[in-house]
Amino acid sequence: MEELEVKKKIEVRNVSKIFGKNSKRASQLLNEGKSKAEILKQTGTTVGVKNASFDVYDGEIFVIMGLSGSGKSTLVRMFNRLIEPTAGEIRIDGDDIVRMNKEQLRNVRRKKIGMVFQNFALFPHKTILENTEYGLEIQGTAKAERQERAKESLRLVGLAGYEDQYPNQLSGGMQQRVGLARALANDPDILLMDEAFSALDPLIRKDMQDELLQLHHDMGKTIIFITHDLDEALRIGDRIALMKDGDIVQIGTPEEILMSPSNEYVEKFVEDVDLSKVLTAGHIMKKADTVQVDRGPRVALRLMKQLRISSIYVVDKGNRLLGAVTAQDTVAASESGASLEEVLIKDVPTTSSDTVLTELFDTVSTTTIPMAVVDERNHLEGIIIRGAMIGALAGDGQFINDSRTIEEAKPVELEVASNE
Amino acid sequence: MNKLLPRLPFADWIDTGIDWLVTQFGSVFDGLSGFLKGTVEGAVDLMAWVPSIVLAVLFAVVAWLLSTRRIAIFTLIGLLFIDYLGYWHSMLQMLALVITSVVIALIIGIPLGIWGSQQPTAKKIISPILDLMQTMPAFVYLLPAIFFFNIGVVPGVVASVIFSMPPTIRLTMLGIEQVPKDLIEATEAFGSTTWQRLLKVQIPLAKPTIMAGVNQSIMLSLSMVVIASMVGAPGLGEEVYRAVTQLKTGVGFETGLSIVIVAIILDRITQHAGKKKQGGTLS
Repeated sequence: MEELEVKKKIEVRNVSKIFGKNSKRASQLLNEGKSKAEILKQTGTTVGVKNASFDVYDGEIFVIMGLSGSGKSTLVRMFNRLIEPTAGEIRIDGDDIVRMNKEQLRNVRRKKIGMVFQNFALFPHKTILENTEYGLEIQGTAKAERQERAKESLRLVGLAGYEDQYPNQLSGGMQQRVGLARALANDPDILLMDEAFSALDPLIRKDMQDELLQLHHDMGKTIIFITHDLDEALRIGDRIALMKDGDIVQIGTPEEILMSPSNEYVEKFVEDVDLSKVLTAGHIMKKADTVQVDRGPRVALRLMKQLRISSIYVVDKGNRLLGAVTAQDTVAASESGASLEEVLIKDVPTTSSDTVLTELFDTVSTTTIPMAVVDERNHLEGIIIRGAMIGALAGDGQFINDSRTIEEAKPVELEVASNE
Repeated sequence: MNKLLPRLPFADWIDTGIDWLVTQFGSVFDGLSGFLKGTVEGAVDLMAWVPSIVLAVLFAVVAWLLSTRRIAIFTLIGLLFIDYLGYWHSMLQMLALVITSVVIALIIGIPLGIWGSQQPTAKKIISPILDLMQTMPAFVYLLPAIFFFNIGVVPGVVASVIFSMPPTIRLTMLGIEQVPKDLIEATEAFGSTTWQRLLKVQIPLAKPTIMAGVNQSIMLSLSMVVIASMVGAPGLGEEVYRAVTQLKTGVGFETGLSIVIVAIILDRITQHAGKKKQGGTLS
């Protein structure tokens, strides 16, 4: 996979957190493979996180997902040691944060890691600007400079003009923007976001997700995002780690989690996911059979017969989409000696490869020709066939393209297409 | 009745201990006594040097700055009323005693409260001592205070300090501990030092609660003035005490009312000073 070539930003090795007094005995039991419930019974300690090991790559959005009590908030707090790990190593850019002394840790917190909290955690006695400045203020940055940077950060999140307000004068969504601006003002490499959008209502949450993706695209920070909401995880995550009872159950891309759940728990977790909101045209499109416009009706007819389809896409020499022709029209054209161009249907349904399936249902259900997937320069990338769409929505992995390699259309789907 | 154990000579131990302290640290206590006496009497002399009407106006202005106009007007009328009754000087003596003891209580109490809020062990030690200080009958402090500081205003100040300090310590600890956990996490996550966390976030947010403690300390200190007068502290308390012993009901009410007026003024001013703050409110 391509991510493997990317630099590792954070390496987590055998990290555990045990809450309670008898943590040594509990670690022993943990290493013997005892479960959370057994350890609680035997030692009275609670296992927060169990032997977590994974890498976070530079510049990705890594989502840690799980229900409440799964240990996800504990895990994220160990990245900046708001919670001390009981065992294990967490290396950030190669330096083990667990072994750092107070001074070194403070420096990492000041320069490298920003954090955004579920309930915003803004300081109620400070203005928006003062809140945003906080990280710089405690580093001793000169007032003029830190105000400048804080204003820039507020502008990034769309809050220019609110500098002198107090947090309680702002709505929840705006308060969380301040939280984000405050974390960004230090210009950290890593953003820890602990259920950052969970306290917001659904519409605002979606806006914030979009803006976060935009910011991530523009600034390229490594983001570790905690959520209990699978839809949110699938929407923003490059990779997702699913946690249960302190264990990391599966790590993978959203598609991997959805299409090949590693065990029953994950399967159960994802069974209610609305695939149509996750899968895009790019996931289900098949390689299009095309005919170049200057080949003439006879070639087009032969191709359609060979492939047993009732219509075919017509492109120019540069694979740019011109339109489509139906078998019926092509027969008529070849009889009257007309060119393909004369019987071309130019008004064909098109879409881009990153459109989610929900937005395609309407067109796909009414069109007689398979939908064309084109890029921004109108190059034909593939086509969407109704049968493949239904197959993919049913959760059948064979209809979904892995890492964007487009397979040849299969006869079974062609049949569906030709019946249209 | 034939007791299994002889009576515990606890009182003797205390007496011996006090005697030992007096002989060993006599000069320290004398120095402290001189300092406190000088402070209180200096304050009284300073205030008495200003004409009463001017001082009343001055207090009213301070009340206006720290709280509201209504309280300022009450301050002016109340103080002039006391002056008209002829208790001006006694009132000043009482005020000096109260202010001196409250200032000392705050200087010791607030840092102790902050310490207690940061160190669970410190809190475990401080809390039972506070319980003792508050529940021990106040007269009991007066006895050793006389041994250490003779009679007069100083044992009164010392007893007031001991009696009035607990609310400040308790409410300082409470105020700092009540700062929401996620705000503490936020300050930590950005790499604050302990002092930065305290000064920039915890203490400003705890200020209303700390001020409530200061207010309580002032009230408790005022409630000590009559008791302090029994060991010779001058002031309105002394007037009340005399009225009580001589069964002068009218004078008793006059002086009692004067104390109430001062109490209301100090209470309202400190209450408002606690609430009056920047736009943000702690939800």
